[in-house]
Amino acid sequence: MAQETSRILVTDLDGVLRVEFVDRDILDEASIRKIGAELVRRIEAVANPHVLICFRGVEHLSSAALGTLITVNSLTKKRGGQLRLSDIRPSILEVFTITKLDKLFHISDTAARALEGFGNKG
Amino acid sequence: MDSTGGDHSEGSSRIGDVPAQIEGVQKRIEKSLAGHAYSAAAQFAIRLSLEEAIMNGFRHGNRQDASKAVEVRWEICADSATFHVIDEGEGFDPDAVPDPTLDENLEIPSGRGLMLIRAYMSEAAYHGAGNHLEMTFRKSAKK
Repeated sequence: MAQETSRILVTDLDGVLRVEFVDRDILDEASIRKIGAELVRRIEAVANPHVLICFRGVEHLSSAALGTLITVNSLTKKRGGQLRLSDIRPSILEVFTITKLDKLFHISDTAARALEGFGNKG
Repeated sequence: MDSTGGDHSEGSSRIGDVPAQIEGVQKRIEKSLAGHAYSAAAQFAIRLSLEEAIMNGFRHGNRQDASKAVEVRWEICADSATFHVIDEGEGFDPDAVPDPTLDENLEIPSGRGLMLIRAYMSEAAYHGAGNHLEMTFRKSAKK
């Protein structure tokens, strides 16, 4: 069952937390802080968290949002889990490439492929 | 204030409460860019750069003090768009900002705003003590 929390929708898909954004612009720092706090709370509530953040519909994001993703990635790894990103439009994917964060994150074209990736990790 | 001449538009704004007011400034600039036939990719680049520049001025320059202003001035022509973002802080040395793309810095959550500005704008330079950023986007540049 989907539950709206601040500016994100979180769905539990057989042990994978699937996160989608309510807004098309992830720019406002107060919203980004709320999103980060919510994700941290969710991740800390489970062992070996598998988290999929789907960017479908997102048109803009700032470096502050990238910072939150890095924090979430570090926490997920620290707790023995994995973070994957999917459905990133080309203009935003370029931001990941420029910052070389495409080397840090597991990025898949689609949510389905990202979910397959979790399966391969067992 | 916005004004439009024969072949260019210009405007300015002094923003105190940046988080609450930045969207309005972005909309004004977006409208002007659209009026001068800037592509969606160009508008994306400029919006991102302005977001980073103005938020840097508010966060690091004015230390989130809403009684201080971030001044934004722009001049938009058919071929190029130039922006000035000036905060009331003490300035900084942009060359002292660590390269966030180095492997050892990849997992540091902050410090990417300036590199995004440099990547997306054709020119970006800090004046004075480092609290005045001037940046230009040129349509002819491959950005």
